[in-house]
Amino acid sequence: MSEKVLMKGNEALAEAAIMAGCKHYFGYPITPQTEVAAYMAKKMPKTEGGVFLQAESEIAAINMVIGVASTGKRVMTSSSSPGISLKSEGISYLAGCDLPALIINVQRGGPGLGGIQPSQSDYFQATKGGGHGDFHLLVLAPNSVQEMVDMVFKGFDLAEKYRMPAMILSDGTMGQMMEPVSLEKGVVNEYDKSWALTGTKGERKPNIVNSLYIAPEELEKLNFERYERYKKIEAEEALYEEYLMDDAEICIVAYGVASRVAKNAIDQARAEGIKVGMIRPITLWPFPKKVLSEAADKVNKFISVELSMGQMIEDIELAIRCKKEVLLCNRTGGMITTTEDVLNKIYEANGGKN
Amino acid sequence: MNKEILIAGFGGQGILFSGKFLAYEGLIDGKEVSWLPSYGPEMRGGTANCSIIISDNAIGSPIVSNPDILIAMNLPSLDKYENETKKGGQIFIDSSLIDRTVDRTDVETYYIPATKIASDEGLTGLANMIMIGHMIAKSGIVPEENIEKAMHKVVPPTKQNMFDLNMKAVKLGFEYKA
Repeated sequence: MSEKVLMKGNEALAEAAIMAGCKHYFGYPITPQTEVAAYMAKKMPKTEGGVFLQAESEIAAINMVIGVASTGKRVMTSSSSPGISLKSEGISYLAGCDLPALIINVQRGGPGLGGIQPSQSDYFQATKGGGHGDFHLLVLAPNSVQEMVDMVFKGFDLAEKYRMPAMILSDGTMGQMMEPVSLEKGVVNEYDKSWALTGTKGERKPNIVNSLYIAPEELEKLNFERYERYKKIEAEEALYEEYLMDDAEICIVAYGVASRVAKNAIDQARAEGIKVGMIRPITLWPFPKKVLSEAADKVNKFISVELSMGQMIEDIELAIRCKKEVLLCNRTGGMITTTEDVLNKIYEANGGKN
Repeated sequence: MNKEILIAGFGGQGILFSGKFLAYEGLIDGKEVSWLPSYGPEMRGGTANCSIIISDNAIGSPIVSNPDILIAMNLPSLDKYENETKKGGQIFIDSSLIDRTVDRTDVETYYIPATKIASDEGLTGLANMIMIGHMIAKSGIVPEENIEKAMHKVVPPTKQNMFDLNMKAVKLGFEYKA
């Protein structure tokens, strides 16, 4: 284990991308994500073959990502909520072309230009597509600076394994905070990239990367095939962490910074004798449906803690087939739920204090 | 041990820097630490604050709303956070910049004319480190012997002069007697 250093989440994530062999970064500044671009501007040119480019817009940046991704090289872009909306067209194209790439969203309050404080209100956008057409993104949700590093490796790996774009759905808190982090190089697997546009050298047929299919039969067939892949991902790749769930009667579901606030509240409620635990989704797509569905047979109530008007709560209700009531504990617009907010919601689920 | 610290003042007073120094103190001491800045349309003269948690256990929320220790380096910060400080907590005040005393009687209070000391000692701009030094002395949350090591982590080796000045400021604060 390498020595732990204090780093901002945004900077640690950028360093991890370089360590993971990403040599191409295209971005555009926006708070609270700008440190990613700033770090890349400083470090990428010092990396052999490294390219940093501040594009003229988010749309240009995502299209540069499509270009590099078609050659099979690791490529990343980052932004914050309004910037991700601009990139959505390109994200859909990446999915339609079956291209791996890593997209970072350090979320801020919305809709519109919104504000610059932390938020989780891009959950729908990230997990339900975030662009037109039938597709999914792999969505990873870190809740520490260490996970900001680890998920870069995981994100690139899953993206290449399944030939699809992956997103790290972070937020302003994760991006701005410093925590001790170990900059260990994660697993970098080699996957078949015979599809990549690398030049035929006159020795093979040209590869084609394309998302335009005029014949509906053909497009439907490709969408069916893609969804077969998604089915496999849903069965095999869902990640989550359980906290004090063994004897829990109330189950909190929270991700990212909200899961950290929830943990404090759970510890306090436990000290008062209330049996509450947490399932923290680490992948938001695929959503950890199975573990939630199993929990629904054991607990009395669920609480969704999220920094939005209630987006993930819909996935929880679907996962548990509405077998149990799901309460919502939320703040939005850049406000963050406090331990007290969550504790009060636990009392409500418990029918009062013990 | 789980201590939540809030350092608050104007932008430009080195609030975030002193917080980072403190976080490294904790890290070197083998503790779990977190550092979270207020960020926003803040600049020199605007408000700035920084949440630091030093704990024996894994840290949950990195947001400090009810600090065990408050370092207030301007009046708006004291007005805002005095009542949020935990009962039995400690409030450290730069008395060169804040001309009122703390109303509460259920907290320990320390008044240090840090900005004046800094200016008298040729350490302009280092009142933040004088405050941190005094806080370390009175709270004992991190050991004195790590001060130099932590300073090496936050001041680059190319800036030996800054290292010496910062060390002097921390020491002055540490040894300050009211």
